[in-house]
Amino acid sequence: MISDIAFWGFGLVALLGGAAVFYVNSMARATYALALSFVAVGLQVLFLQQNYVGVVTILMMVMEMAIMAVYMVMFMGMNPALMPMSMVHGNRTAIAVALTTFLGLAAGILMVDWPARLGGPSSDVTMALGESLMGPKMLVMAVISPVMVATIVAGVVLAAHRTRYDRLGDDLKQRPADDPQPGGVGR
Amino acid sequence: MADPMPMTDSPITTVAPGWAIAALAMLGVLAVAAAMLDGALAARAGGGASGVTRPFGEAARLMRQRRRTTVEADRLLWRMGGAGLLVVAALMVTVVPLGEWTIFDLDVGVMWFNAMDVMVWALVWLTGWGANSAHSLVGGYRFLAHGLGYELPLMFALVAPAIAAESLNVGKVAAAQDGLWFVVWMPVAFVVYLLGVAAFSVWGPFAPALGADIAGGARAELSGVDRLVFEAGRYALLAAGAAFAVPMFLGGGAGPLLPDWAWVPVKTVALLAVLVWLRRRLPAFRPDKFMEVGWMLLLPAVLLQDLVVAVIAVWRS
Repeated sequence: MISDIAFWGFGLVALLGGAAVFYVNSMARATYALALSFVAVGLQVLFLQQNYVGVVTILMMVMEMAIMAVYMVMFMGMNPALMPMSMVHGNRTAIAVALTTFLGLAAGILMVDWPARLGGPSSDVTMALGESLMGPKMLVMAVISPVMVATIVAGVVLAAHRTRYDRLGDDLKQRPADDPQPGGVGR
Repeated sequence: MADPMPMTDSPITTVAPGWAIAALAMLGVLAVAAAMLDGALAARAGGGASGVTRPFGEAARLMRQRRRTTVEADRLLWRMGGAGLLVVAALMVTVVPLGEWTIFDLDVGVMWFNAMDVMVWALVWLTGWGANSAHSLVGGYRFLAHGLGYELPLMFALVAPAIAAESLNVGKVAAAQDGLWFVVWMPVAFVVYLLGVAAFSVWGPFAPALGADIAGGARAELSGVDRLVFEAGRYALLAAGAAFAVPMFLGGGAGPLLPDWAWVPVKTVALLAVLVWLRRRLPAFRPDKFMEVGWMLLLPAVLLQDLVVAVIAVWRS
C-alpha cells in the first residue's frame, strides 16, 4: 500500500518536474527541474527492483545536469544562459507535435493487445533485462561502442580550431606546448 | 507492486528504520569532532589559544548573524544547494554497515554512494549560482572544473574493491576482506579514493572553489544559518567519506579485541583525522591544471590498478 502510494507519488513528481522545465524562466531552474524529474524516475525504477538501473539513472542524470551548467557558459555567446529567458519557442508547432504524439502513444497503449504474463519474473531482474536487451546483439553492441567513441573523438578534432601544429610548432618539436590554457602535467 | 529493494543474502542484518536517528547522531558527532580537530590545528598553525572550542563559538556566532540578502537571488536553488550537502552525507552513511548492522542493505550500495557524491556537483554549483553574485558563481564553476578531473578516477577507484569482492553490496565488500584488507593490495585506488573524498567535501587541496582570492567563492554570500549548514555539510561529507572507506578498503569491522561495531567508528575517526590534517599539508590544486592531472595521471593509474585487481580476482577464482 505505502509502496504503491510512493510509486505513484514519484510518478507525479517526475511529470510535474518535466512540465516545470518549460514553465520556468531560468536555465538553472529548467536544468534542475529536469534533474528532479529524472531522480523521481530513478526512484520509481527502484520499485521495479531494477536497483542498479535506478541508481545509475540518478547518478548519470544529476551528473549530466551539472555538466549542462558547464555547457551553459561554454557554448552560449554572451551567456544568455545566466539571464532570465523563456524556455519555449515555436509554440504552435510544438503544441501540435506534442498533442499528436500524446494521442498517438495513448491510442497505442489502449489499442494494443497486451500479452498475458507467462511464468514468473526471474530472480535477478536486472540480469534478465540486460540479457533480453543485449544478449543476442552483443556483437553489434561491441562493434558500435568503438565506432561511437571514434565518432566523438573525430567530432572534437574537427571542431577544435587549434591543431597540433598550433600547439607544438611546424616541426612538432616545441616543448612545452603553446596552449592558451596550460595543463597541469607540463605536456 | 513489489516492495523496493528486497533484502539481499548479505552477511549483515538490516536494523529497524528508527536506528537511522542513531546513525545521524554518529555522523553529527564525527562532523563536530572533525571541526574541533580542525580548530585545534588552526590554532596551532596560527599560534593562538586552544581552538578545540572554535567550532562551537563559530556556530553560536553564525546562528545569531543576520541573513545577508542579494539582489535577484534564486533563493530556492540557493537554499537547496547549501542545505543539500548535509542531506547527501546522511544518505551516504545509510549504506555503511556498523559491524553487522546496516540501515539500508542495498545490493548496489557502492553505486548508491557514488550517486550521492555526484549530487555534490549539483549542490555546490547551485550554491554558487543561487546568490546571483559573480564571485560565488566563479566558485561554483571552479568546483565543476575540479569535478571533471576527480570524478572519473574516484569512480574507477570504487570499482577495484567491487571487482575483488564480486559484489556492489557494501557488506559483502567488507566481508570479502577476510584476512587481507583491500588497502594493502589496492593502494592506488585507496589514495585516489581519499583524494575524491577531499574533493567532494571541497576540502584542503580542492578548496579553491571556496578560495579567499574570489572572496569565498561558492559560499561568498552565504551568511548566518545558511553558512553554518553549508560548513556542517562539508564536515559531514568528509566524515561520511571516511566512514565509507572502512568497509571498502579497511576491512570493515575486522580487528582484534574490540567488537565489530566498535572498530568501524575507530577506523573512521583515524581516517577522518588524517583527512582533516591533510588540509594544511597539501597545496591547492588549481582547477584549470588539475583537470589534466586527473585525466593524464590519476585515471590511467587507477585503471591499471583495476586491471591488476581484475587479473588477481580471475586468477583466484
